[in-house]
Parts: sequence; structure tokens; C-alpha cells
Amino acid sequence: MSENHDNGTAETERTTSVFTDEVVARLAQDAKEIIGRYPKPRSALLPLLHLVQAEEGYVSAAGMEFCADQLDITLAEVKAVATFYTMYRRGPGGDYQVGVCTNTLCAVMGGDEIFASLKEHLDLANGETTQDGKVTLEHVECNAACDFAPVVMVNWEFFDNQTPASAKQMVDDLRLGKDVAPTRGASSLCTWKQASRVLAGFDDGRAGEGVQATGPSLAGLKLARERGWRAPDPANLPSSDEQGEEGAK
Amino acid sequence: MTTLTPILSKNWDRPDSFTIDGYQATGGYDALRKALTMEPDGIVDMVKEAGLRGRGGAGFPTGMKWGFLPKDNPNPRYLVVNADESEPGTCKDIPLMLANPHVLLEGVSIASYAIKSNQAFIYVRGEVLHVIRRLRQAVADAYEAGLLGKDILGSGFDLDVVVHAGAGAYICGEETALLDSLEGYRGQPRLKPPFPAVAGLYASPTVVNNVESIASVPGIVANGAEWFTAMGTEKSAGFGFFSLSGHVTNPGQYEAPLGITLRELLDMAGGIRAGHELKFWTPGGSSTPIFTAEHLDTPLDFESVGAAGSMLGTRALQIFDETTCVVRAVGRWIAFYAHESCGKCTPCREGNYWMVQVLDRLERGEGTEADIDKLLDICDNLLGRSFCALGDGATSPVMSSIKYFRQEYVDHFEKGGCPFDHSRSTLWADRPNTTEGGGNK
Repeated sequence: MSENHDNGTAETERTTSVFTDEVVARLAQDAKEIIGRYPKPRSALLPLLHLVQAEEGYVSAAGMEFCADQLDITLAEVKAVATFYTMYRRGPGGDYQVGVCTNTLCAVMGGDEIFASLKEHLDLANGETTQDGKVTLEHVECNAACDFAPVVMVNWEFFDNQTPASAKQMVDDLRLGKDVAPTRGASSLCTWKQASRVLAGFDDGRAGEGVQATGPSLAGLKLARERGWRAPDPANLPSSDEQGEEGAK
Repeated sequence: MTTLTPILSKNWDRPDSFTIDGYQATGGYDALRKALTMEPDGIVDMVKEAGLRGRGGAGFPTGMKWGFLPKDNPNPRYLVVNADESEPGTCKDIPLMLANPHVLLEGVSIASYAIKSNQAFIYVRGEVLHVIRRLRQAVADAYEAGLLGKDILGSGFDLDVVVHAGAGAYICGEETALLDSLEGYRGQPRLKPPFPAVAGLYASPTVVNNVESIASVPGIVANGAEWFTAMGTEKSAGFGFFSLSGHVTNPGQYEAPLGITLRELLDMAGGIRAGHELKFWTPGGSSTPIFTAEHLDTPLDFESVGAAGSMLGTRALQIFDETTCVVRAVGRWIAFYAHESCGKCTPCREGNYWMVQVLDRLERGEGTEADIDKLLDICDNLLGRSFCALGDGATSPVMSSIKYFRQEYVDHFEKGGCPFDHSRSTLWADRPNTTEGGGNK
């Protein structure tokens, strides 16, 4: 139950990278744009960390140094923040981060079985990456899609109502380079680096893709339509003595 | 009988519901046009009269929060929308922003105008990529249409909105931790007072409101406070999303007046999944004490749920049937709190760590009667002893589960293991011919 929740990659595995002048010059342009959105520069730190993660796939020492330079704060200050938030990888990972929700509701609905079957299928422990560099497997906490349980997130896109079989098929397809589409999201998955760049605040023009709402999101609306239920008509409200516990008729 | 009242979800079955055209085709931004002709204080009064209470869990009156901003503070004022939806079981704001980000933006414009703020932030959890795309696109389209930015609709009112993606930390749903995070620090709660209204973002007067609270404002402005109070109860006015998940036939979002009961909602959702019966449920997420079948008729409003020993919270109704082991369920929640505790306060950091150890042992059947008392003892040292409500929340499932299901804890160590077959509680457990769920859709 209390499996290690920490981001998988150990300190010793971290690579030491250096940003070339070209990279620094390019990212400095982006950083300037990000910092310009905020009344105070330091507010840009979280998006800047997403930005350097978009560059390397994780937040390296070089990435943190870049952030520190841009904001004129110390490396220690950046590191304190980068290590607090679970979305920042501390070492290289796969193109696709597959996160199985194992919080209570999803776990009970089958998230535990999905996570166990993926670990076995990919021969990975929590936080590890396949040899081909495609898939990093981890378990995640509640991702606000409980009515679609059990849920798997890939690069923070929704894969709803999963089963061990569907999840195994999905990771196999990812490793084979096939197009894989989330159930609610863009029409195909982008890579981890591309996703990180969107999180940094740079649009990829894909907001119009995918459904607006589906399945459980529409359960109540569908029923209300069938039964002719609607909110009160503001031009014809019940008189005040009829109001109260019963609510809208 | 209470019936559903689709308001925020009323256009979700339009394929273009998330676009500015789709929203405007169903009356979107009419409320903003009306609001800009009103006095800002008049809007604050209207929201107060409506009795709108925070939809993020705490239920604090929204209009009153707005009214707390000091009039004589020379610093800029900020509106910060808490879109960091992460409370286990809570799944309403994310589908709302995916299906209709513009109703939130319209609320942001109206609320900012009402509190005289020219800068708003939407702090959205980072783990929802497509929601972030939709929000950012909606903001860009609203600027383009003159609904955000300089001199909105010729009113002279300016508003800038920034969508800010978090980076994975449940604690940032706590409003002061959220502000620290938005300032670029570790998300750790602040001591209150001072409250954000006095010293919030950048130590300036700040209102922090939940997505659903802000999204409810356009309806109030368009239709009036009386329209809002025509729904719900006297002290819990209006409507809200009731999010049913788990062992229910048709899980999903059910928008209804506050005060509806789980029995009514279950009737609408096709009941507990076939062949099973209700065992326990959360009225408002994992931080609210669990209920059982004896609470089926408790009106789901702030007062009634409180009187019955829990909290309305976020109306996240996680439903568990008789196949679910309560010790496993609670253990997993506490593992979550231990993981998400920011570490600032010792009772929360250490208390959750130790509860994980004790619950692990109990679940494996290696516990003792003393372990149950130990859990209650830790809860006693945790409840009310930390800066924020995370620690308090963790005690809810532990104390309530021992209250209602103490014997089940005992059964584990008397039988030397978990008496439940976990495979029976899965989504595919009752499907024919599947041992591991062949199907997907």
C-alpha cells in the first residue's frame, strides 16, 4: 500500500547536462515572454521549470541554473521549488509518462489491477522507464476524473474507464509508435516534452481537438433533457412561501 | 421530489460548447454586458443576497469574501481562481473547464469588475493538459472579442487574465499555499490572519474563489438573486454539481439544488450497480467523514450534512458497495495525505506518516486492538493542530471509518488478513467472461 511515491529516478542516475549558448539564447526569449505575464518575475518560476523540462525531458541542474539566472535568484531557491512539485522529473524519462491512478476510488475500481498488470507487462517498477525510452510508468494521485474510474493519464491526457487489457494495449501501441488518442483530449498524444511546453504556456494550437464532454459528464444533463427538468424560469419564480427545502421543481 | 437543474452544464451537449461562438449562441457574456452597466458594489450586494457559498469545499459566503477587501489599501487588487481541483473524489471543475471555459471567464470578468481588480489569475492544476489548452484558447478568444483586456466592451474597465499551470501538489488547493505557489515558491500554507483579503498575492488584497463559485456568478447577475435562492435551502442557496463516482450504475455529473439527497441522486443514477448494496460513501471528498446507508436521506446542504457529522465539501459522492474493504480504502487515502502533506506542520507530517504504518499493518492482518486506539490517538493529536485543513481532512476517513466499521478493523487481525476479495470491487468484476477486463468502452 505504501509504495514509494517519490519520483522514480534516483539522485545517482541524474545526468549532468550543459545548456549550449544556442539553447540559452533560444530559451531566454521564451523566458522573457513568460516573465512578462506576471507582475513580479518570481511568479514565472513554475512555468520556467516546465519550460526547461520541455527542453530536456526533465529538470536538470543546467535547467535549474537557467531558471535561477533568468529570475536572478539562487540555485538553492530554484531547487527547493523544483523538488517540491511532483510533475518535475528529476532525471530522464520516457516520451510517454503513463500514470495509473491508485487513489482510493480508482484503486477500488481496478486501478490497482491495472498498475500491477502494467508493471508485469513492461517489467518495470514504479517510476521506471522502458529500455526503448518510450514509456515511464508510475502511479498517480486523484486526477479529477473519478466518474470515469479507473483512470490512466498519459502525458496528462485522460484515458478513462481503463482495464488491464486496454492499458496493456495502449502501452504496446505507444511503444510501436502508433497514434494513440486519449478518450477526452487532443486527437492524438503529444510527447512529454511537447506537453511540458504547453504547461509552460506556449500553445500548440490543439485546443479545438477532441470532445467537449462525453459519457458521465453528460449523465445529469441527459436525464434532465429526457424528463424535461430545468432550472427555474427567472421570469416566473415560485412565490417566496413555496421556496425552501424542496428546491426547484 | 427534487429535480435536476442544468445551468453550468446546460450547453455541454453542444459539440462547440467550449468555443466562444458556442457559448455566445446560448446567451454567453450577456451577464457581463449587464454587469458592466451596474455599480461594482451593487454586484457584490447581489451575490451576497443570492447567498452563494464557496463551492470549493469550505462553503464561505462568496459575496462576504469580496466585501472583506479593505477600501483604503493602495495596492492593486487581485482575483485568483482556484482551479487546482485535487481533492480525492472531486471531479466537477475539470469537466466544466473542458466543456465550457467561457462561463468561468465571464465569471472572472464580472467578479473582477465587482471587486475592482484589473488582474486575475486562474491557477489550474498542471495534470490536465487539454483543460489548460482550452482555458488558454478561451482567454485568447475573449481578448480578441474585446471581452478581456483594455476597455472591455467600451466600459473603460480593463482586465488581464493569466492561466497559470501548477506542477503537482494537492496542498496548492489550500488558498494560501496556492498564493505562495503562484508567487513562485513551494506551496505551503500561511498563518492566517492576515487573510488573503488583506494580504494575499504579493501581500496585496486578494480574493481566492473556486471555479464553480466564480462560474455561478454570471447566472446570478443575469437572472437575479431571487432566481438563485429559488433553488436550494435557506442557508445553502442555489445549485451545484453533485459528482457521483464508484459503484453506481451511471456515475457522472448531476447539477441539482443543494439539499438534494443521495437517495434521490441514486434514483437518478440508476442505483448502486446491479446486485450490490451501498456500504459507505463520502459526501464531499476524502476529507469529509464517511457516511453509510443510514444517511441516504440526509439533505446534501451545508447545515444538514454538518449536523449529521460530516461536511458537504465539494459534493464529491464516492460510492462504495459491500465488496469494498473499508480498511483498504482508508489506508489508501491516508497514503495520499502522507504523500501530499507539505511538511510544514509536524502533526500533519508525522501523524500521517505513522498512520500509514499502522494502517498498513492492520490491512495485512498484523495489527492489534491497540492499533485502532493508536489511530484515534494520532487523530486527536492531528485534528486542529496544523496551519491548514489538510491534516484535519486526513483524520476524517480514519475516525469516521472506525466509528461505523470498527469490527471490520478487528476482523482483519482476527482473521490474519484482509477478508475481502478485491477483484470483486473492480469495474469489470461483474462482466461476463472477463477475468481482467477485456473491454474498454
